Amino acid sequence: MSEMSQNKASQEALLTIEAVERIFGGERKLFGGHNPAVHAVQGLSLDVKKGETLGVVGESGCGKSTLARLVVGLDLPTSGTITFAGEDLTALARKDRNALARKVQYVFQDPVASLNPRKTIRTILEAPLKHLTDLNADGREQRLAELLQAVNLAPEFLERYPHEFSGGQAQRIGIARALAAGPELIVLDEPVSALDVSVQAQVLNLLDKLKDDFGLTYIFISHDLSVVESVSDRVAVMYFGRMAELGPAKEIFRHPLHPYTDLLMRSAPAPGRHDLMSEDASAELPDPYSPPAGCAFAARCGHKTEKCLAAKPAPDEAVSGAKHFAACYHPLGQA
Amino acid sequence: MRRLEGSAVHTAGPILRDGPDGPPQDDVLVCCDALESGLFCGAHLVRLTVRPHATTGERPLAAYIARRLLAAIPVLFGLTIIVFLIMAMIPGDPATAILGSYATPENVAKLNKDLGLDKPLIQQYFIWIGNLFQGDLGRSYTLNRPVLDEVMERFSATLILAGTSLVLCSILGLLAGIVSAVRQYGWADKIITLLVLIGISTPSFWLGLLLILIFAVKLRLFPASGMYAIYGGGDLPDLLYHLALPAITLSVVATGVIARLTRTAMLEVLRQDYIRTARAKGLSEQKVIYKHAFKSALVGVVPVIGIQAGFVIGGAVYIETVFQWPGIGSMLVTAISTRDLLLVQGGVLVVAAAYVLFNLLADVVQTILDPRLR
Amino acid sequence: MTETTLSAPAKPAKKSARPGTLALLLNNSLATGGLIVLALICLIALAAPILPLPDPDVTAPADRLKPIFSEDHLLGTDHLGRDLLSRLIWGSRVSLAVGLSATVIAAFFGSLLGLVAGYAGGRTDTIIMRGIDMVMAFPYILLALAIVAVLGPGLLNALYAIALVNIPFFARNIRGITLGLSRREFVDAARLSGKSPPQILFLEILPNVLPVIVITMSTTVGWMILETAGLSFLGLGAQPPQADLGSMLGEGRKILFTAPHVSIIPGLMIFALVMSINLFGDGVRDILDPRLRAGSLTRPVSRTAVERNKADIPAPSEKQGVLDVRQMRTEFQIGSSVYKAVGGVDLNLQQGECLGVVGESGSGKSVTAMSIMGLVPTPPGRIAGGAAYLEGEDLFAASDRRIRDLRGGSVAYVFQDPLSTLHPLFTVGAQLTEAITTHQPMSRAKARDKAIDLLSLVRIPNARERLDAYPHELSGGMRQRVCIAMALANDAKVLIADEPTTALDVTVQSQILTLMNGLRRERNAAILFITHDFGVVSAICDRVAVMYAGRIVETGTTDEVLNSPQHPYTAKLIECVPVLGEPERRLDAIEGRPPVVNNLPAGCAFADRCPHVQPACRQGEISLDMSSGTRGVRCLFPLTSGASA
Repeated sequence: MSEMSQNKASQEALLTIEAVERIFGGERKLFGGHNPAVHAVQGLSLDVKKGETLGVVGESGCGKSTLARLVVGLDLPTSGTITFAGEDLTALARKDRNALARKVQYVFQDPVASLNPRKTIRTILEAPLKHLTDLNADGREQRLAELLQAVNLAPEFLERYPHEFSGGQAQRIGIARALAAGPELIVLDEPVSALDVSVQAQVLNLLDKLKDDFGLTYIFISHDLSVVESVSDRVAVMYFGRMAELGPAKEIFRHPLHPYTDLLMRSAPAPGRHDLMSEDASAELPDPYSPPAGCAFAARCGHKTEKCLAAKPAPDEAVSGAKHFAACYHPLGQA
Repeated sequence: MRRLEGSAVHTAGPILRDGPDGPPQDDVLVCCDALESGLFCGAHLVRLTVRPHATTGERPLAAYIARRLLAAIPVLFGLTIIVFLIMAMIPGDPATAILGSYATPENVAKLNKDLGLDKPLIQQYFIWIGNLFQGDLGRSYTLNRPVLDEVMERFSATLILAGTSLVLCSILGLLAGIVSAVRQYGWADKIITLLVLIGISTPSFWLGLLLILIFAVKLRLFPASGMYAIYGGGDLPDLLYHLALPAITLSVVATGVIARLTRTAMLEVLRQDYIRTARAKGLSEQKVIYKHAFKSALVGVVPVIGIQAGFVIGGAVYIETVFQWPGIGSMLVTAISTRDLLLVQGGVLVVAAAYVLFNLLADVVQTILDPRLR
Repeated sequence: MTETTLSAPAKPAKKSARPGTLALLLNNSLATGGLIVLALICLIALAAPILPLPDPDVTAPADRLKPIFSEDHLLGTDHLGRDLLSRLIWGSRVSLAVGLSATVIAAFFGSLLGLVAGYAGGRTDTIIMRGIDMVMAFPYILLALAIVAVLGPGLLNALYAIALVNIPFFARNIRGITLGLSRREFVDAARLSGKSPPQILFLEILPNVLPVIVITMSTTVGWMILETAGLSFLGLGAQPPQADLGSMLGEGRKILFTAPHVSIIPGLMIFALVMSINLFGDGVRDILDPRLRAGSLTRPVSRTAVERNKADIPAPSEKQGVLDVRQMRTEFQIGSSVYKAVGGVDLNLQQGECLGVVGESGSGKSVTAMSIMGLVPTPPGRIAGGAAYLEGEDLFAASDRRIRDLRGGSVAYVFQDPLSTLHPLFTVGAQLTEAITTHQPMSRAKARDKAIDLLSLVRIPNARERLDAYPHELSGGMRQRVCIAMALANDAKVLIADEPTTALDVTVQSQILTLMNGLRRERNAAILFITHDFGVVSAICDRVAVMYAGRIVETGTTDEVLNSPQHPYTAKLIECVPVLGEPERRLDAIEGRPPVVNNLPAGCAFADRCPHVQPACRQGEISLDMSSGTRGVRCLFPLTSGASA
C-alpha cells in the first residue's frame, strides 16, 4: 500500500503545522504568582500531504495525543498556526467548528468509551449526518447503510446499544462515525491499542481499505512502532513534547538519525528477538515542571556532549536526504 | 446526610483483567460514585493533578496545613457577609421591633441613627465587622445582655453535647461499619444494616421524647431535662448524668450514616488491587483488613465525620429543645420566635465559624492519612 | 473482509439472563415491603378527602385527650378534642406533599447548577462552586433556621428553606458526575459530530446523569420529610390550625406526660413513612448502581474457595519440578451462569525456568496465575478441580495458615499496573519492610537495611531516599521495580508475573524485562510469565504455553512454538501482529471472536474461526497431545512445520 499511496501523495500539503505550542496550566493564581505550567507540545512544525499516512510515535507524555486534539480542534494551540488546505484551522475551530468537523475527523483510542452508553448505534451515527451534512431523512438512511457496509457491520446492529459490542466492533462504529460526514483527513489516536492482537489486524486492514476507497489522509498516532511502521508513509517521532525525528517510514526505521528513535526500535520486543536494548534505571523522562535547558533526551543519551546540555537542537539540526530530519547534534550514522 | 455513601476510592480497577467475558456489563454508566463525588470531587481533582515525578518532601505537611488555614480566612469572611446579608434582608424595621410600643417616628429615627441603620449597606457591614473584631456583636433586646456573652455561654453547652455525640457516633459508626463489612451478609451485618436503617429513619426529636418517657418517666434512670441538677449539682458526674439521654439521641442518625459509609468504603477498598498485593505478600487477614483496608477506608470516612459535625450541631437544635438543654440551638429557636435578630445573627455566625474550623480539621486529618492530597 | 462480523448472530442469551428492573426490585423483600407500606400511606393520604373522616381542625373541648381505641375516635383526640386519626391522615398528606416538592425543587435546581458547572468548567465552575461551598459552610439545619428567620415561620417558607439548603448537595453530586462525563471520549465524539454545547449537555450527558439524580432523590426524600417535620416541630413550619406530622408532634410534646399518645402517634407515622421510603430508596439504589448489581461490592475472602471432587484429584506428574499444575479448573458463578475461565490447565515449571503463558483477553491466563495461590476473588470465583503442587505439596489442600506462609515466601507475585498494586497510603519502605518481616522476623532497622539492599538489587538509584517515597511519587518503571523488589524479599522459588510490563512504555518495558531476566539467572528462581505479546515471550521465556478459551492449545520451547507453530490459532496469532522491520508483511487477521466461556462449544473452541476446520473438530474432547517432553498441541489436524495457517 505504501508504494501506491506514496505516488498518490502529491506534494501539496493538506495540513501544515507551524511552530505550534500548547501549554497547560500556568494561569495566574488568585493571590499572585502562577500555577505550574507544562509544555505539552513545543515548537512543533510538520505538514501532512494529501493522501499519505503520517505516523506519529512516542511514549506516554511525549505530546502525541495533544497534537491529535489540536489537529481536530478539540483543543487550541497556545501559539503557532495550523492550516488545513490553506485555511486557518485554529480560527475555523473558534468560528465554525462544524465546518472543521466536515473536513477533519477523529477516531478514539478507547472504542467503547467513545460511544455514549445510552444511545443506539443509529443515534450515534446519525448525529454527524444531521449536524454536518444537509441530507434529508431518506438520504441519511441510505448513507447509514453505506457506512455500515463500508466497515463490515450488519445493518441490524443499528438498533443496538454500545455495551452489546466487542472492542473491535465498537471501533468499527467509531470509524463509521468518523467517515460519516465525508472528511478528508482522519486523525487516528491509538486506534488499535485497546484491542486484542487478533482484532487489531482486522481494524488495521479495514483502515487500509477505507483509505483507498475514500481517498483519505491519515494521521496515525501510536506507541507501537511495528504498527506505525506497517501503516505509515512518513513517520514523526516525538519526545517530551518536541519532534525528535521526521522522515519517510522506511528511512526512519532502517537508518534512524536520532538516538532516541534507535533506542525505541531496539527496545521493542519482537517474536524471535532475544536481546533487548536496555538502559539504566535512572533513564527517565525529565520533570515536565522543570524541563532541562538542552536536549530533553540528553540525560539518557550515550552520545551527549556539552552542546546537548546547553541548548536545544533545532528540529532539522540533522538532515539526511531531502525529507529526513532529526533534532540532534550528533545524529547516528553521520559521525 | 445519608446520601453521602460510597467511598473516596476512585481508582477502582477491575480485579479480573483476564476474567471470563466479564460480568454482565451494565448500561448504567455512572454508578453511585455520584453519592460521594459531591463530597470528594475536590479530593479527586487534586489527585488528578498529582505530580508524578515530585520528589519526596518537596511539599511538606506543615506547608499544606498553613495553606489550608490561609484558605479558610476568605471562607470565614464570606460567612460574615452571608450572615450580614441574611439579616439585612429581613423584612420589617429592626428599630420598630426593638422599640415595640415605644416606636414613635422620632424614636425609630433616633434608634436607626444610633444603630447606624441609616447608612449605606456596605458601610453598615464594615461597622458591623469592625465591632465584631472588638468582640461586640450587639445587645440582645430580649435578654438585655451582650449577644457575645449569651452566645458563648450557650455555645459551650452545645459543644459539650455535640462533642460527646460526635465522639460517640464516630466510634460506634466506624466499629459497626467494619463489623458489617467484614461479616458481609452474615447475621451481624444484617442486624447492623437494619438498625442503621431504623436509626436514620427515626425523627430524633421523637426519639428524644420516647427516651424521656421510658428512661426518665417510667424507669426514672435519667433526668428528663436540663444540664445540671438545680440543687447541689454542677459536678462532672451530674453533667454526665444529664448528658446521657440527649447525647445518645443526638448521635443515633450520625452513627447510622457513618456506619453505612464505612461499610461501603471498606467493601470497595477490599476489592482494590493493592489489597490483593497485601494478600499476595502473605499478610494475615487481620493486617489486611485493619491496617491496609481500614486506612484507605478512613480517608473516605473522615470528611464525612467532618460533615456529620454540622448535622450533629444542627440536630442539637431539636434535641436541646426536647431536653431543655441550655445550648445555642434552643437559644436560636427562641430568638427566632421572639425575632431577636442580633441574637440570631451572633448565634449563626459563631456556629458556622466553628463548623468551618471543624471541617478544616477533618481536611487536615484526611491529608495526614493520604499523602496524595498534599 | 469480515464476513463473520457481518453475519454475527445476535446474542439472545444475554438479554434473558439479566432480570428486568422491576423484577430485581421485587426480589428484594425489604424494598418490596417498603414499597407496599409507602404505597399504602400514599393511597390513604390521597384518599383523605373521600374517606369518612371528621374534620381534622374542628375542636371539641368536651372530647379532649381521649385515649386511643375510644369510641368514635380510633386514635383518640388531642388537647383540643380534635380527632387524631383524621389529623394524622391529613397531616401525612401535607408532610408527603412538602417533602416531595422540596425534593423536586432541590433536585431540579441543584442538578441544573451541577450540570452547568461540571460541563462549563473554568470560571463558571469556579463561581458556582464557590457559592455552593459558601452555603455548605453553614451547618445544614442552621441555614434552614436562618432562612425561616428571614422569611418568617410558615409551611411554605419551611419548604423553601429545606429545598434551598439541599440544592448544594445535588449540585455537588451532579457536578462531580458531569465533570467526569465531560472528559469522556463520547463527549468529544459528540462535539466532533457537530453537536452544540447545550445539545451535548442535555442530550448526551444528562441521560447518563439521570440515574444518579434518581438515586440521590430517592435517598433524600425521607430526609427532607424528616427535616420539614423538624421545623414544624419547632413551631417554624406549619402554623395552626393547619397541621403536618411535625407540628402535631410539637403540640403533643407539651402534654407528653399526661397524654403521650398525642405525640407518639404522629412520630410513629413519620418513622413509618421515612423508613418505608428509605427501604424503597435503598432498593432503587441497589438496582441503579451497577456495582451493586454486578455484585462487585461483595467482599472477596482471603483465599479462593476450593470445591473440587476429593476422589478426583490428579497426582503430580513425573516431571515434578518446582511448580506442577495439574488439570486446574477455575470457574466464576455470575448470576445463574457459570464461566469456565480455566478449564483444565497443566503447567510444569522447573527450577530457574521461565515459562510464558500467552493468550488474548478472556483466555484465562491471568486467572490461571491467580488461582495457584488462591488469589481469585471468591465470590464469584472458585477452584472447581485439579491440583497445584509446589515441590510436591498440594496447594489447594493446604491450610490457610500454610498458604499465607507460602504467599510472598516461596511463591511471589508481580502484577500488571504498578500504581494500583502498591498501597497508595504507605511509603515504599513501609510496604517493603512489611513484606520482609511477615516472613522473617527481624528488627525494624535490620528490615530497613534489607529493604535498601532490595531496592539496590532492582537498580533503583538513591535507594535509601526512595524508601520514604510514596508510590505516586515514583514513575511507572520505578514502581514496577519496587513491586519486583517486594516479590524478591523472601527468596521466592517461584515468581508469578501477571503482565508486568503491559502498562509500561516500551523503553521502560525493556528495562524491566532485562532486570527480571538477570535476576532469575542470579537467583535461580522460576518465573511464570503471563503476557499477550509474543515479542515479550521471545525476550524472556524458555518455554511457552498458548491459551485459548481457558485451555492450553499449544506448548513447547519458545523457539519451537514461534518458528513452527502447530496449532492454527498460534500460527494466526503470530501472523496477525506487525513485526518491526517487516512493513510489507500482510497482516493476516483472525476473523470472528473467541467463544464466551460460559457457553463453550463441543470439541475445539477455535473451530469457528479456524481455516482448517473439519467436522471432527466439533465433537468430543480434544486432548493436548504431547509429542515430546515439552512439545504438545491440542489439535486434531496440527500444522506441519513450514505450512502456514
